[in-house]
Amino acid sequence: MTRAATNNYLNPAELGLVGVLGAAFLACTLATARAIDPGFGFHAGLFAAASAAGIVALIERARRGLNQPVPAEIDGRPNYNLGVVKFGVAAAMFWGVAGFLVGVVIALQLWAPSLNLGLEWTSFGRLRPLHTSAVIFAFGGNVLIATSFYVVQKTCRVRLAGDLAPWFVMLGYNFFIVVAGTGYLLGITQSKEYAEPEWYADLWLTLVWVVYLLVFLATIWRRKEPHIFVANWFYLAFIVTIAMLHIVNNLAMPVSVFGSKSYPIFSGVQDALIQWWYGHNAVGFFLTAGFLAIMYYFIPKRAERPIYSYRLSIIHFWALIFMYIWAGPHHLHYTALPDWAQTLGMTFSIMLWMPSWGGMINGLMTLSGAWDKLRTDPVLRLMVVSLAFYGMSTFEGPMMSIKAVNSLSHYTDWTIGHVHSGALGWVAYISFGAIYCLVPWLWNRRELYSLKLVEWHFWISTLGIVLYISSMWVAGIMQGLMWRAYNALGFLEYSFVETVEAMQPYYLVRALGGVLFLIGALIMVYNLVMTVRGREAELALRPLGPALQPSLVPAE
Amino acid sequence: MAESALKSPESSGETTGHEWDGIRELNNPLPRWWLYTLYATIVWSFAYWVVYPAWPLLTSYTTGLFGYSQREVVLEEVARVREARAARGQAQLASASFEDIRSDPNLLNLALATGKAAFGDNCAGCHGVSATGRTGYPSLQDDEWLWGGTLPEIERTIRFGARTSHPESRAGDMMAFGRDGILKRDEIRSVANYVLSLSGKAYDPKLDLARGGEIFAQNCAACHGDTGRGKQEVGAPDLTDAIWLYGSSPEQVIATITNGRKGVMPAWEGRLDDATIRSLALYVHGLGGGR
Repeated sequence: MTRAATNNYLNPAELGLVGVLGAAFLACTLATARAIDPGFGFHAGLFAAASAAGIVALIERARRGLNQPVPAEIDGRPNYNLGVVKFGVAAAMFWGVAGFLVGVVIALQLWAPSLNLGLEWTSFGRLRPLHTSAVIFAFGGNVLIATSFYVVQKTCRVRLAGDLAPWFVMLGYNFFIVVAGTGYLLGITQSKEYAEPEWYADLWLTLVWVVYLLVFLATIWRRKEPHIFVANWFYLAFIVTIAMLHIVNNLAMPVSVFGSKSYPIFSGVQDALIQWWYGHNAVGFFLTAGFLAIMYYFIPKRAERPIYSYRLSIIHFWALIFMYIWAGPHHLHYTALPDWAQTLGMTFSIMLWMPSWGGMINGLMTLSGAWDKLRTDPVLRLMVVSLAFYGMSTFEGPMMSIKAVNSLSHYTDWTIGHVHSGALGWVAYISFGAIYCLVPWLWNRRELYSLKLVEWHFWISTLGIVLYISSMWVAGIMQGLMWRAYNALGFLEYSFVETVEAMQPYYLVRALGGVLFLIGALIMVYNLVMTVRGREAELALRPLGPALQPSLVPAE
Repeated sequence: MAESALKSPESSGETTGHEWDGIRELNNPLPRWWLYTLYATIVWSFAYWVVYPAWPLLTSYTTGLFGYSQREVVLEEVARVREARAARGQAQLASASFEDIRSDPNLLNLALATGKAAFGDNCAGCHGVSATGRTGYPSLQDDEWLWGGTLPEIERTIRFGARTSHPESRAGDMMAFGRDGILKRDEIRSVANYVLSLSGKAYDPKLDLARGGEIFAQNCAACHGDTGRGKQEVGAPDLTDAIWLYGSSPEQVIATITNGRKGVMPAWEGRLDDATIRSLALYVHGLGGGR
């Protein structure tokens, strides 16, 4: 691009955007002044500051002449938009480490409650949603947005649609994270698990999400490939369904437009059912469909093998989409929820087993003829092990949804162990694998700084996961058995306090598992930073990177 | 990549012909075991729907072959327990005298089971699961009692609490002799030394025991008794034994005298029913120290 073409003025669209941001700034400033609770005032101030920052950024961009149309192609090749992907990868690592750290803190608080520090802001009740949101929505969400923006461009052979829109999605989403996280610490919550942010944060996320959907759809619309790649089906299912779940579960009436508190429009068991319809499909469409999309691109790419079965991908995709949406009621077994709804939740969870495993089979079998790479490529190994954990937790999940099993496992730490075998083993590992692939590609490095450090990361964090989930299995099943022990007169054998006392040693083992997982992530951050800085630790020691490596032809 | 590499017993080696960023797809059939397991889960689900309540209708739902209802099952279980307890004479727990309850093994067992469960849920938080207590919360296993260790005395303490707003509450504060300026620092040190000497733990030979004894007689004896054996009417503990609610180090005793103590035991009347309160009294009494 030549500097001569620049005129340093805002174009009409940008002028309009400045107008909108100006109006938002004024409205939010007014809301800050009239806030009826300090938390809302703080958040309105954050929104005002973000609007002002948006205006400054737009003007500065024009002043530097950066607002000129970017060519979609250069020399006949797509001019991919990678800046926004880079930001997403960096944000994911930042939030990931923060979320893992808070997880370790609350794990230790369960072991020694005095680590609450006696302060409301650091109490378990406020840090717990901070942890879950930081790892699911901040870490996982940034990984999903970043990889989806990368994969959709590469597999459609077209530049990401929109100029400001992708940045609006990326920055707007991270701004949502900041509002949500600071809200938890200040005690602002609507008390819906995994949907804690209050009405104004929800509205903001809705806006961001709709733009995300439009960017993604427009990019697919302009694709240069005749067919839509399987990963993009999964990404699209994730984006569309999360929009629907988010909107319905957060339907609420604010007490005042100048206050943070709101009340959901549903009540009682209807509210509970909506919440777990949302909650379980957040697992299904955020943590499963979205990360399967990552799997479908990064595993064949890294293994340099074709995807095992196109037919399996179609069948398990539609089966997964159709079955998952019914499974939520299994979170409400043996509650006020009617028997029939519990039955449906349970049976659809059982039928979901094979559709879930379809993704695992397709990923694992993609390695046919390339299994030897697991010995030499720890990045591929991370992703393959993630599929093993995925398979394990998608078997465990249907099993725990069976009412008889659930009557033992429900409310116990078995559930926490189950969630973490999925979250640490599947979601985090496939994300780590994808990021290890992406960073050298995005920053034009031949390979990672050190594959040995990836080995260390892999083994330390795998040990951490094993400690975590096995301690929670033992603790959770023990807890469930203690809770249900009755004597002949119908009295409980153990008081609640006794069950808590019995859990304590396992809580320490779990916290240790978390510490190991955090150490692994810190090793990863170091490795990625050194990669971006262009270092290579083992230049002479290892074979050439995949791109330069001759294809391995396995023996017949 | 050589095409032959894609062929294996499970793989036809055919691709769909599509390619995205270098990624191709084989057109392998669905694994048979996968498909049949999927079918099996679907068949099982249909069967389950026939047997159990499953699908909503306009104003009701399909009830299944046996009319199963979680709520019915729970109600039946609760009824069974109620019957078992009634058969042991639960109705008498609230009214029968302690002597009568103790002389009827069936009734006593029921009372002790009720008391144990209630203790775990309501008392263990402060007194500990095994009632061994901790600093500020007395052990209920030994035979030193702040407010009396007979069954009626224990019942009264549970029912009305100690230092609560209830008119029948146990009352009597350990005054803050230092903070309220009643005694000077050196006087507190002397009397603390004297108090500890009652159980053979005088900590400072340079302090005059006789002077400590004088201060004790003027300030402490009214509640703790001339010999320091305590007085249960005002909850003043025995200072001559080895049991110390707030610690027996010189610093702890000095802190107690300086700032006073007002440990609160909640009143359980209105929160627990009569039968439960009396069962708790029997359970606590039976822990080892009951008089």
